[in-house]
Order: sequence, then structure tokens, then C-alpha cells
Amino acid sequence: MNNELLNELTFFVLAIFVGIEVISKVPTILHTPLMSGTNAIHGIILVGALVIAAGATSPVEIALGLIAVTLATTNVVGGFVVTDRMLEMFKGRQPARPSTPVDAKK
Amino acid sequence: MTLLISLAYLVAAVLFILGLKQLSSPKGARNGNFTAAAGMVIALGATVPLLHFTTAGAVIVAVGIVIGAVIGTFGARMVHMTAIPQMVALFNGVGGGAAALVAVAELLHFGVHPSFSLVLPSVLSIVIGSISFAGSMVAFAKLQELMTGTPITYPGQQVVNGLLAAAIIGFAIAVLAIASIPFSFISLMVLALILGVAFVLPIGGADMPVVISLLNACTGLAVAASGFTLNNFALIVAGTLVGASGSLLTKLMSDAMGRSLANVLFGAFGQVQHAATAAAGAAGRSVRSASAEDLGTLLAYSQRVIIVPGYGLAVAQAQHAARELADVLEKRGVEVEYAIHPVAGRMPGHMNVLLAEANVPYEQLKEMDQVNDDFKNADVALIVGANDVVNPAARSTPGSPIYGMPILNADQAKNIIFMKRSMRPGFAGIDNELMFGPKTLMFFGDAKDSLTKLVSAVKAA
Repeated sequence: MNNELLNELTFFVLAIFVGIEVISKVPTILHTPLMSGTNAIHGIILVGALVIAAGATSPVEIALGLIAVTLATTNVVGGFVVTDRMLEMFKGRQPARPSTPVDAKK
Repeated sequence: MTLLISLAYLVAAVLFILGLKQLSSPKGARNGNFTAAAGMVIALGATVPLLHFTTAGAVIVAVGIVIGAVIGTFGARMVHMTAIPQMVALFNGVGGGAAALVAVAELLHFGVHPSFSLVLPSVLSIVIGSISFAGSMVAFAKLQELMTGTPITYPGQQVVNGLLAAAIIGFAIAVLAIASIPFSFISLMVLALILGVAFVLPIGGADMPVVISLLNACTGLAVAASGFTLNNFALIVAGTLVGASGSLLTKLMSDAMGRSLANVLFGAFGQVQHAATAAAGAAGRSVRSASAEDLGTLLAYSQRVIIVPGYGLAVAQAQHAARELADVLEKRGVEVEYAIHPVAGRMPGHMNVLLAEANVPYEQLKEMDQVNDDFKNADVALIVGANDVVNPAARSTPGSPIYGMPILNADQAKNIIFMKRSMRPGFAGIDNELMFGPKTLMFFGDAKDSLTKLVSAVKAA
């Protein structure tokens, strides 16, 4: 096992723990937006798609690259936009304020 | 230069983590999405110096980005709010497809004898990415009603799916052992696509959010695997983050439905159809229950809440707590009304008196006929200690003892919070179908205590 692979495995394992820890307190109402947000983040595969598409020469590589870049871009752009649309609904009629002591408003 | 790229990837990874953190609390959720998007822009920008464009490469990158951006923007903007879950499925599926294709291209690029450490992650990415792609497309089709949303089952389904999985593992080992066969991984991809379809077919439309979440986690892992193939730090970290948080989220989602993940995924297998569903009792049936924090958030971010007070509220002397909750909600701009059933509190007018005593403004008290058409516009129907007066069996089940009794249409609200001391049937001694409904969240406890908890939860939200 070479050094680079070892480094990569280290990041992989640490990222598992961070990923679990960071969302562990999510309320039910945010499940769907959070799913959609993580969905947009795995659109990072666009980085990989760019790498394989940029150097494409043979027809097969060109076809694969074009499809991969298109799909990955759809994932990134659609993912972030649709998440934002969901979260827009959380505005309520008045902007949410920090809680203040309750008193009857009449 | 490489150093700068690595630093930029690190910044992107940090932004993704912060974004996820913000996305899991209602206050910062929208900013969290922007944070993650900023991370994405940085990661993509840092990748550009890594690229060595051929002419054809430059053209396909430009064309692909334009097409993808147009589809993504229009798809996400134009779709109706109700159709958003299937859009998430679609965007997830294309991500999985892209991950599989990246691995295929990389394997082709490396020719006949790639090293084991290249082939293993590529094979994983191809299999997981393809399953995610095909499964998401079926989930999309089910939610979009392009196909039936009911589970599709047939005898021997488990055996067929098991054989498919075994065939994939067999092929995967073959590809790993004899990577020189150029098209072996194409067969692998085809098998994985078939398994993706076969896996989602027996799962019902109502369970699709859990399935999409699981496939979302799968795509994350496929992306991470592609990262190992390409030796790309950004792909590994971001993909793994999504894989891990997505897996936990999948579990949380099935927990919130009161089901185990295995039950959601494989529940339809070998299911026996009962003709007499009406006879089925509550025994063994599951309800969704929620924490005070969850419900507080749900209430705080609603536009319109209708409180349905019943006997339980009267017994617990919870009318003051109810008014306090209404006050906190109104301070946040939520419209609150009380729906008073003629027999609420067991005595006509009983409830009005109790609530008037707690200084609930008269205009907020709505009689059944005034309020029944409003439920469908309400974000939450908050049922406090009432039961039979919201039992849909009164409308739908001719054999039921309460059939024909006028009821409050609480079941038409977008969400129903059912506050009850226990699962015990109400006055009429019959089960309430509403408790098992997909929109219903149970909150067990004494009405007064429960309301007090909700007040603090709303304040904290």
C-alpha cells in the first residue's frame, strides 16, 4: 500500500465520522431539504467529469465525457436550486426573530 | 500550484461541512445551502488548472455545462412545489450516473492492465453509481406517476434480486481478476442497472423519500470511490461526507415513520393481502411519533395552525398552556385558530367556556361549519386531547359506531400533530385511522405538559 492511498483512506475514514456527527441533530422538518442539500454536494463528481472530459480524444472518450459533464452539471445546479426553493418556504410571514419573553400582544 | 489546489480543496471541504451543519438547523438552513454552493464553486475553480484541454475536450465541457445548467435550473425552478421529491430523485440519479461514467472512462483510459488499487474503486463506483442511477429513475417515475406508485411484487422476487446481486459480485470479482477483458465492466454496469430497477420496484410511493435518501447516500459513496480512482481529494471527502450523513439521514427518516429501514426496503416482499382490512386492529401497527423540538420547529415555521381541543385538554386543564402556545406562534406571525367541535369536551359549548376563561380571543374560536373548509389550507392541525371528533371513519366506514357523525376535517391539513396520552381508543372505543396516517405525527403525554414543552420548543426554534 503506497503513501498516497494511505492518506486517501485516512480522509475517507475521518470524513465518515464528520458526516455522521455534523447532521445528527437535524429536526424532522428539515429531513427533505438536508437530503436535497447533500444531493447537491455529491454533484462534486463534476470535478471528476471535467478531468475525464477535458483530455478526451477518442470518440468513446468524447461521448462518455460529454454525458458525464452534462449529468454532473445537472446534479450540481439542479441540486442547489431545488434546495434553495425548499428552504424559501421556511421564511414564514414575518422574518423569524430570536425568541423574546412572551407577553400578550393585545 | 498543486499546493494551492490542495488548499482550495481543503477550504471547499470545510465549507461543505459547515454547510451541512447549517442545513441541519432551521435558522441557518438557507445559508447552509449557500455555504455548500460556495464550497462547490471553489472546488470547481481549483480544478481548472488541473485540466489539459484537447480541442474536443474543451467543446464537450462547454456544451455539457451549458446543457446541464439549463436542465438543472429549469427543472428546479419550473417544477411544482408538490413535485419536488421526484426532482431530488432525478438530480440524485444523474449524479450516480456521472460517477459510474467517470469510472468507466478512467478504466478505459488506463488500458489493459490497470493496478488493483485503480480497478477496485472503479468497480465499486460503476456498480453503486449504476444502482443509484436506475433506482432513482424508478423512484422518479413512481412519484411522477409515470408508473404505479403501489409496490410491484411477484413470486420469487427475493430470489431473483438475490441472484442479481450474486451475479454482480461474481462479475465484479472477474473484472478485478482479469481486468484485461475490455468490456467485462460493461456487463457489470448493465447488471447493476437492472438491480437498481428491481430493488426499487417493490417499494411503495409513500416510502420513496427514504429510498431516495438511501440512493443519495449511495451516490455519495460512488463519488468517493471515483475519487479513489482519480486520486482526487475533493471527490473523496465530499462524496464520503454525503455517504455518511446520507446513511444516518436515511435511518432518521425511517425512524420518523416509526419503521425500521429493513421494513421500508423489504416490507412489501411476501406481503399477504388481507381482504378484510377493516377488521385489522391497531395491534402491531406503527405510528410516527416526534420530539417536542421537531414539532416546535414544524409549528414555528408554519403559516397557519388550527388547534383542535378535545376532552383531554379539558381534563388536563391545559387551556392556559394552549393559549400560551398560540401567543408564541402569533408573535412569530403564524395564524392560529381553534376549531371547536359541537361535542368537544363532551358538552356543547364546554370548550368555548374553557378557552374564554384562558382569554382566548373570541374571533379565534371557530365553529365546525365555519372552519371545516379551512383545514385544507392549514399547515398544521394540532389535535390536543381530541379523538373521535376527528376520526375519518365517521365519513368513510359505514360499519363504524360513529359513522355519520359530523367531524372536523383535521385529516385534510398538510400536517397533523396528534397529542394524546396513549394509543388508547377514544370515547367511542374504536381505532382512529388518522393516527396511522402518513401526515400524522404523534406526541404522547399529558396535554398540559406536552403543550408547555411545545411552547419552549417554539421559542427555541
